[in-house]
Amino acid sequence: MAARFSVARAALKEKKYTEDHEWIEASADGKTFTLGISEYAAKALGDVVYVELPEVDLEVGSGEAIGAVESVKSASDILSPIGGTVTEVNDALQEKPGNLNKDPEGDSWIAKIAISGEPEGKLMSKEEYTAFTEEA
Amino acid sequence: MASKRAAQVLRPAVNGFKASPVSLKHAVKPQITTRNLSIRAARPRQLNRVSTTAVRFASSAVPTSEGQLGRTGLYELHAKYGAKFVPFGGYEMPVQYSDLSIVDSHNWTREKASLFDVGHMVQHDFSGPGAQAFLERLTPSSLSSLSENHSTLSTLLHPETGGIVDDTVITRLPNSFYVVTNAGCREKDLAYLTEQLEAWRKENPDQTVEWKLRDNQGLVALQGPLAATILERVLNEKSASALSTLYFGQCMPGTIKGTDVEVLISRGGYTGEDGFEISIPPSATEAVTQYLLDSAKDELRLAGLGARDTLRLEAGMCLYGHDLDDTTTPVEAGLSWIIGKDRRANGGFHGDSVILQQLKKKSEGGGVTRRRVGLIIEGSPAREGAEIVNENGEKIGNITSGCPSPTAKKNISMGYIKDGMHKSGTEVQVVVRGKKRKATVTKMPFIGSKYYKALAPEPK
Repeated sequence: MAARFSVARAALKEKKYTEDHEWIEASADGKTFTLGISEYAAKALGDVVYVELPEVDLEVGSGEAIGAVESVKSASDILSPIGGTVTEVNDALQEKPGNLNKDPEGDSWIAKIAISGEPEGKLMSKEEYTAFTEEA
Repeated sequence: MASKRAAQVLRPAVNGFKASPVSLKHAVKPQITTRNLSIRAARPRQLNRVSTTAVRFASSAVPTSEGQLGRTGLYELHAKYGAKFVPFGGYEMPVQYSDLSIVDSHNWTREKASLFDVGHMVQHDFSGPGAQAFLERLTPSSLSSLSENHSTLSTLLHPETGGIVDDTVITRLPNSFYVVTNAGCREKDLAYLTEQLEAWRKENPDQTVEWKLRDNQGLVALQGPLAATILERVLNEKSASALSTLYFGQCMPGTIKGTDVEVLISRGGYTGEDGFEISIPPSATEAVTQYLLDSAKDELRLAGLGARDTLRLEAGMCLYGHDLDDTTTPVEAGLSWIIGKDRRANGGFHGDSVILQQLKKKSEGGGVTRRRVGLIIEGSPAREGAEIVNENGEKIGNITSGCPSPTAKKNISMGYIKDGMHKSGTEVQVVVRGKKRKATVTKMPFIGSKYYKALAPEPK
């Protein structure tokens, strides 16, 4: 069991994508994940005008919304593919929501979550995700 | 537990989206995710399923009662210009085009000019000796004072209640009343008009009314500060020179340059900009549209439903099915100005007892319980369905349309609020994703209108 567990963790150090267009990336120790939205999603949403961030210490279940992105076109939930506790949020996005369009997979991450279980649902590698978005 | 609570707080997320939260997955699809434009709010997810590769049928066709989506005569032209299609009002309509984002298209319209296909709307002609009296029974408009080649915004009303069946523009042409109604209300309006006309014929056999639909007739809206300059280029000399004295709310026949194609040009629109709505015979719709685009390559772009919605909201205009519905009267909707003077005095239209009572002063038992208002919201935009609450957290209204305004750079919304709270400057709160946001009741339009009006006579 323990061996399988660490294999799963190791595999997740690479950035992974959800079908809902979020991404997660594990910290070096595998205990915390950074979550954001994909470049594809940021581009498709258009100019982001508001980002609703979760509060630090919020407990979130896998598949639950931890925030929202508002663009001219729509309001969209940000769903977390992992359960855990929010340890940090990217406050800069509150001041400059437009930054989410500039660097959604880098500086404009949404939140960091201390994981309490394994990720659920389908997670894809960069290549798989690119193929997924091209199909869509 | 905390997580559960979080879910409850964040799910309504999408307050404006009723019970179904929208994940990024759905938002990134080419659909009207704000749902502001989808008349049947209960079926947003289905919007995904309509692929543009659906079985092709005649290049233009009205929707069928079996739910087959219609296409306007410009469908292929849209596709050529990279349109993303969505089902709207029973038609596959462009929501945006590949050259411009919704915001860019919105700004383009305010700075230059855009061309919208509105051929999905329903164009009617009512003629005959009873036409005026018939329409005056259905609407609160004073058609007796409507001059030839002039238009007025109006509403079709339900008998007794005075609720709005649909909003419409009525134009007096030399030989008929030309009436344009919403695509999303097509079936309901046709059933209503059929029933009303039957009743009319029974009661007034000598005052005949003839009702015709201009099916497949093209209708495009040319909107923006450069609209007149662009339109002049495609008209023959006589028609082009007549544009300078065609004012907001007026219409004229026009002839396309080098052809004998005659179009009906109405000055007005749904953006708050100067502009025209041009009704074109089916056989010429595509050619005239292409001619317009080719005549103004650097100035004119096609625009879709996405920009149309943000533009009309900034202009403070209602979208039926959202800001107006069967239960709303013109007085509640802030449309009392469409009720003609003689109609106020004499009534004689559907729901007149309700509506005329609402027009009276409060001291005389008049007034309404809710009113349509504009709101500016701090922080997050507030969309359809969001609740308006007072300082004690009690619900005092709800949002019916909302978006971040590309021009005003503020979050603008339209909604209904309890009478008494409707005055401009009143501070209230709007609940978005479970959190209260500061909001201020604001006069509409949110941006100044730029209609082409006759100059007031010089003071002597």
